[in-house]
Amino acid sequence: MLEIPVIRWGQPYESMEKDKIVHFETGEAVATVNNANAGLIKMDMRKQGKARDILRQFSIDQLCSMAEKAADLYQNATLPLGNGTQSPAEFCRMQSATTGLPEHMCAGNMKKNAYVLRNMRHTLEALTRGLPLEILTKGYGMESRGVMVSYQAQTNVLGMVLPSNSPGVHTLWMPVIPLQIGLVLKPGPQEPWTPYRMYEAFAQAGVPREVFCVYPGGPECGAAVLETCNRAMIFGGIPTVERYHGNPRVQAHGPGFSKILFGDDMVDQWEKYIDLMAESVFANSGRSCISCSGIWASRHTEEIAEALAKRLGPIAPLPMSDPKSPLAAFTVPGAAKAVNAQIEELVKAPGVTEVSAKYRNGDRHVAHERYDFLRPTVIHCTSTEPAIANTEYMFPFVSVVKCEQKDMISKIGGTLVASCLTKDESWSRQLLDATNIDRLNIGEVKTIQLHWMQPHEGNIIDFLFRARAFQNSPPPSH
Amino acid sequence: MSDTALAAKQAKAKELLDEQTRQTVRWHFSDETGCPFWLEKKREFKFDPLKEVNSFEDLKKFPNFEDEWLRGGPIRRWVPKGLADKPVYVFETGGTTGIPKSRMVIEDHWIDYENFSDTLPDEHFPRGSNWLMLGPSGPRRLRLAVEHLAQYRGGICFCVDLDPRWVVKLLKKGDISGVKAYADHVIDQAVTILSAGHDIKCAFATPKLLEALALKLMDKGSSIEESGIKGIFAGGTEFTPQWYRFCREELLGPNVYITPTYGNTLMGLACGKPFDPADNFKITYYAPQPRAVIETVEFNDYNQVVPYGSTGRVKLYTMTKELFVPGFMERDEGEREKPHDKYPWDGISGTRPFHEFAATTTVGVY
Repeated sequence: MLEIPVIRWGQPYESMEKDKIVHFETGEAVATVNNANAGLIKMDMRKQGKARDILRQFSIDQLCSMAEKAADLYQNATLPLGNGTQSPAEFCRMQSATTGLPEHMCAGNMKKNAYVLRNMRHTLEALTRGLPLEILTKGYGMESRGVMVSYQAQTNVLGMVLPSNSPGVHTLWMPVIPLQIGLVLKPGPQEPWTPYRMYEAFAQAGVPREVFCVYPGGPECGAAVLETCNRAMIFGGIPTVERYHGNPRVQAHGPGFSKILFGDDMVDQWEKYIDLMAESVFANSGRSCISCSGIWASRHTEEIAEALAKRLGPIAPLPMSDPKSPLAAFTVPGAAKAVNAQIEELVKAPGVTEVSAKYRNGDRHVAHERYDFLRPTVIHCTSTEPAIANTEYMFPFVSVVKCEQKDMISKIGGTLVASCLTKDESWSRQLLDATNIDRLNIGEVKTIQLHWMQPHEGNIIDFLFRARAFQNSPPPSH
Repeated sequence: MSDTALAAKQAKAKELLDEQTRQTVRWHFSDETGCPFWLEKKREFKFDPLKEVNSFEDLKKFPNFEDEWLRGGPIRRWVPKGLADKPVYVFETGGTTGIPKSRMVIEDHWIDYENFSDTLPDEHFPRGSNWLMLGPSGPRRLRLAVEHLAQYRGGICFCVDLDPRWVVKLLKKGDISGVKAYADHVIDQAVTILSAGHDIKCAFATPKLLEALALKLMDKGSSIEESGIKGIFAGGTEFTPQWYRFCREELLGPNVYITPTYGNTLMGLACGKPFDPADNFKITYYAPQPRAVIETVEFNDYNQVVPYGSTGRVKLYTMTKELFVPGFMERDEGEREKPHDKYPWDGISGTRPFHEFAATTTVGVY
């Protein structure tokens, strides 16, 4: 049996508490994971300053080279894992087995992570807007335009309280090591695979192991990471996001409520964009915060919903190893049933129609003994009023909502990604000014098409560093 | 110890338990000495406790004790007539919302902790030294019990203010920073006491508070050992093998002794089996028989003890002159353990929240 230790500043630690992580279909143990305890994390974090000291012995450029090497190792090498090893194919099989994500989607996420690592220099150049990177190391320096700038790290380590259900989120922490900040990872209970594989890839690429901690464990471990790291990210639902709202130390990532918005100038050509819409809803089995959960337009909404339902409705689960497997499984007992019941209740509201049912040839909820699927669902809403008009679920689900263009920005609420199909300059200006939209696409861009040179839910540079004044000589007289 | 010698000790312990059972039932169900609650309850039984309860096994004739019976008054219905002229304490459990469960006590908390005192090694808990009580205050049994323990051993007990009900309220609101601030407030009190020259060498602490105190002292460049503490008994919240190991190896160091305990307001205090490296940090508790008994019973038959090593729910019995509890289903589960030389009766290890309640219970708040 594969046994995975706790990692304490690069040292493996065998705990008295171990959890078995199991195959979601069979219940068979895939690995034993050693669990940390909160006090152990708090004890370790007393030494977090050392991580940054160690990393600053390398230049950011050197660390970017290591990240490139780590990308290849992560994607292609058989790497040590606990008391065994893991090939890339095994990684995908194990990740699929414990998270319910089809293997080809695991491979897709792996490719995405490797891409970000491989392009670290470009990513950092983009995120720092071309700042000479030694300024981040030294704390201050002169830009080529002759201006003294200073960036002060706000933490020695970044804590990551990671989820189980969305392996795509790992791209967010890839730049941390190259930025000379240590990494403290609390993996999701079903997804220890990426943190451990990435740790090993970085280590084999030359990054000292002493700058990493990996702490599997219960909720108290996540709380300890959040408490002791001066900067941390956590992934969860709306309550998690609300709990940490306004806390400068914690970046909480939750549902995205990402949407496609049609401008009146382009909505009559909606048929041209069916592929764009379908893929935005359906990619990664609709599990991402960047998956589209709402398509808003002032007219043709019935036809759009019908066309999407015809495309997505018939899709049914396939085995996880099938390269065309379209749907991720729900592996938490009762979760799919509860979501299904909630949808059934919400579609009873006036003005709401489920359009996909007639194309599905079966129930939305496909129950198995140990897991479930929810099949793609397309809803039509005649107005923005019903609760289901602006919601998000962890499967391919979309509400096509009728809404006047002039009301859209104010009624969409917080939206992580808005892909706006318009050439209307006036409306584009309003969209650019809308502070409730995080990532804005104006043009034919799927919501799931991210450019990793762009910030995601805030720029990680701004999260980890503070721009401040620094002078080592008097300023010019004035 | 040979199997024969242990078996003899077990047999003797069983005799004492049966005798305690007979005496306790006689006391609580006699019209002259019993409490109004049990005398009233006796009328509902289809058996006569005074005649038909002659051994511990006969307690199975009683229905399980329902802790809801302890909610609300009048509290006097629990005072045995035989003790009616004694001053009475009341201790509460729960009570974050609604009416808490109350247990009346006269001297049980003293007796329980005096008995527990006899299990503490003097080299780690020096007699005459002062104590820190780092646990819940207010209407809790622990505060007065630990204070009595300190006095019984010739010391003086220093306490902190800690209201766990407030912490539960903060947790239910999701006010994490409020919880942290309250924990800091409690720990600050402890640090102040330790820094005030009171010659404190012994402590009771819950695992979470001990951890917070140790880390706070480290932040100040000190430690539990440097603060003068030599011996700690901990309990009140979940005490896991991993935490035990972490505590011994990293938090306290080799020169501070710690022993786990398990208990509640109804039962008193169960002792931890003395530390043995061979146990690999497994924590086994033994009830203070014959005054209280812990059984590990089947999840689907609370009258059936599980085989040794198997998992079951914790069933508690209390048999003192002050309280008779003929089988109360605790909100914990664990594994049944074999008798030990020092405690020649069944023990329990791996205690943790009962799996059917675990998801909905707020545990270990202080």
